[in-house]
Amino acid sequence: MVMKKSSIKNNSYTYGFHKPEKSSFKTPLGINQKVVEAISNYKNEPLWMKEFRLKALKIFKQKKIPSFGPDLSKLNFDKLCFYNSPSNNKFRKWADVPKDILDTYNKIGVPEAEKKFLAGVEAQYDSEVIYSNLKNHWEKLGVIFTDMDTAVKKYPELVRKYLGTLVPVDDNKFSALNSAVWSGGSFIYVPKGVSVPIPLQAYFRINAKAVGQFERTIIVVEEGSFVHYIEGCSAPIYTNDSLHAAVVEVFVKKGARVRYTSIQNWSGSVYNLVTKRMQIEENGIGEWIDGNLGSKVNMKYPALVLKGKGARGELLSLAYAGKNQYQDTGGKAIHLAPNTTSTLISKSVSRSGGRASYRGLVKIAKGAKGSKSHVRCDALLLDDKSRSDTYPVNDIQEQDVTLGHEASVSKVGEQQLFYLMSRGLNETQATSLIVNGFIEPIVKELPLEYAVELNRLINLSMEGAIA
Amino acid sequence: MKKSLVIENLYVKSVDGKEILKGISLIIKQNEIHALMGPNGGGKSTLAQVIMGHPGFVITKGKILVDGKNITKLSPDKRAKLGIFLGFQYPIEVPGVNFANFLRMAANENKTKNEKFSPIAFRNLVKEKAAKLVFSEDITKRFLNEGFSGGEKKKAEILQMTLLKPSFAILDEPDSGLDVDALKYISKTIMNLDFPVGLVVITHYQRILHYLKPDFVHVLINGKIIKSGGADLAEAIEKNGYEKIFNKK
Repeated sequence: MVMKKSSIKNNSYTYGFHKPEKSSFKTPLGINQKVVEAISNYKNEPLWMKEFRLKALKIFKQKKIPSFGPDLSKLNFDKLCFYNSPSNNKFRKWADVPKDILDTYNKIGVPEAEKKFLAGVEAQYDSEVIYSNLKNHWEKLGVIFTDMDTAVKKYPELVRKYLGTLVPVDDNKFSALNSAVWSGGSFIYVPKGVSVPIPLQAYFRINAKAVGQFERTIIVVEEGSFVHYIEGCSAPIYTNDSLHAAVVEVFVKKGARVRYTSIQNWSGSVYNLVTKRMQIEENGIGEWIDGNLGSKVNMKYPALVLKGKGARGELLSLAYAGKNQYQDTGGKAIHLAPNTTSTLISKSVSRSGGRASYRGLVKIAKGAKGSKSHVRCDALLLDDKSRSDTYPVNDIQEQDVTLGHEASVSKVGEQQLFYLMSRGLNETQATSLIVNGFIEPIVKELPLEYAVELNRLINLSMEGAIA
Repeated sequence: MKKSLVIENLYVKSVDGKEILKGISLIIKQNEIHALMGPNGGGKSTLAQVIMGHPGFVITKGKILVDGKNITKLSPDKRAKLGIFLGFQYPIEVPGVNFANFLRMAANENKTKNEKFSPIAFRNLVKEKAAKLVFSEDITKRFLNEGFSGGEKKKAEILQMTLLKPSFAILDEPDSGLDVDALKYISKTIMNLDFPVGLVVITHYQRILHYLKPDFVHVLINGKIIKSGGADLAEAIEKNGYEKIFNKK
């Protein structure tokens, strides 16, 4: 995610630049036992982690690619590099970060944002986290914000307690793949009664060609605590496909609250196949704010597992499908305890032949009495070439529940355009206004800097579309 | 400031081929008020939309000129920049688009960098102008026409006109569905505009014309202007109806 104004006008994707690839260690193309062992050895991992990876590799090989949604048959695992480390070191000061990499983050605006309004930042470049820093104040209160590799070494008991418990290795083919070759990602631990009112941010950047990024993130927020985690992603434009397959597990304890904001702006050569799940205990609150602007194929359905009574979950999902993009997004709410509530709100915009689908699941288990769920999905089509679909599934095993579902599909109407243009706005400006108005209910939930940036990104892609 | 809007022998069809306007000619000069009257379905709203450049109509003959410049083929935004404004009969709702932000964007379109309104200055200006039209809520915080009552929509169109300062404004039934007070606020605002403008007011009623005192009244029936006259023509129509006056033959 970015806060910097860019002067690039003609290209709608501003982050498509790349730096020369300088690897300190890189595995050969393809995935097999040797590659997985090489990653683990290079990282000098404890045996339990190496075994975790190797077991996951076996499961990955057995699992089939998903039979629903976008076509993944062109995704060739033999032509991907599964681990590419840009540097042997991690840094706590930007001044120490190698120049090319620092340049990249400066262009994206990460150090500037850190100074202005973040409590901590982590920056991942290809496979490794190159920079991480948490402001002292939070460290003193016992907050942990570090990369997952460091966490495995420094806090093994915490990692082992949570790793793979919410997203099991065998959940799907890509959770198994991530478990086998994961590298980087964030580890956040907020002790009981600590509230971190300003956000922590991770920024994920793919730089090298045809490389996979497999970060693994665990967030544990103890009783009564609060954290807001933001992640942003971007990559250069390449003709070879890249793969991003992350696994995120979030644990919201009794009375705690977590907000997870994600702005995915991968370039058009990236497959984004991500498994995200949040488990919410008694009276806890979990929120996903999920913005999907980029990538070629995106499959992402953040889940809310409402485990304790009175737990609340909310998902605000936004998908923008432009030319050659297939956004298959949505969310899941699994109600396991009484009086739990969930709200899933999804908005999608399709243009220039892009395709956006909402795929959602609401499950209310037997015994989850008095639970409520509300689902709303709205789609906006900018032309006749583009497509929008809705695939909602409800699995209700309890009588005493409330369930609401609303859906709408609208087209940018001739009347709306004429009205705005009659006031002196050109077609691009008018269309941008309509689109920005449509997504406003989600954008208003973002921190101001991100809201401004999101609107700017939408305006940029409109210029590309109509001009 | 533009001095004349000229409509010359205009023939218009709908996209599906139905002939709607059959040779309309009108000259509107700065500071003139023209009332355009006529029974429903006669082509008044079509004329208004065609002057603004609505893409749903085909001009088969004739032209529209602003100070001699032919604007017949220009897009609506370019016409707006040449000083044309259309007050919509049914203003369109645009959810999520803030009224003041949108209008500032539009108002700044024709301005040089130094002249552009800042968000705060513009917001204050909108509030000041809106006060004269009496809105029950702060319009600068609302979305464009979304959830507006019928009266609020009509007032908001006039408010937009006062801020965009066009040279020529076509107001399509600015008075329909208004209560007595709202009609008064709208009429007073139109009469007290702080810039020169040529007005075309489409209406069915004498009420608004009492305030506006038109210089010319035109009657448009079945795609043609069949009669033009002064304010007394509007009074005769109000009294006797179109049929009695024009079906005598």
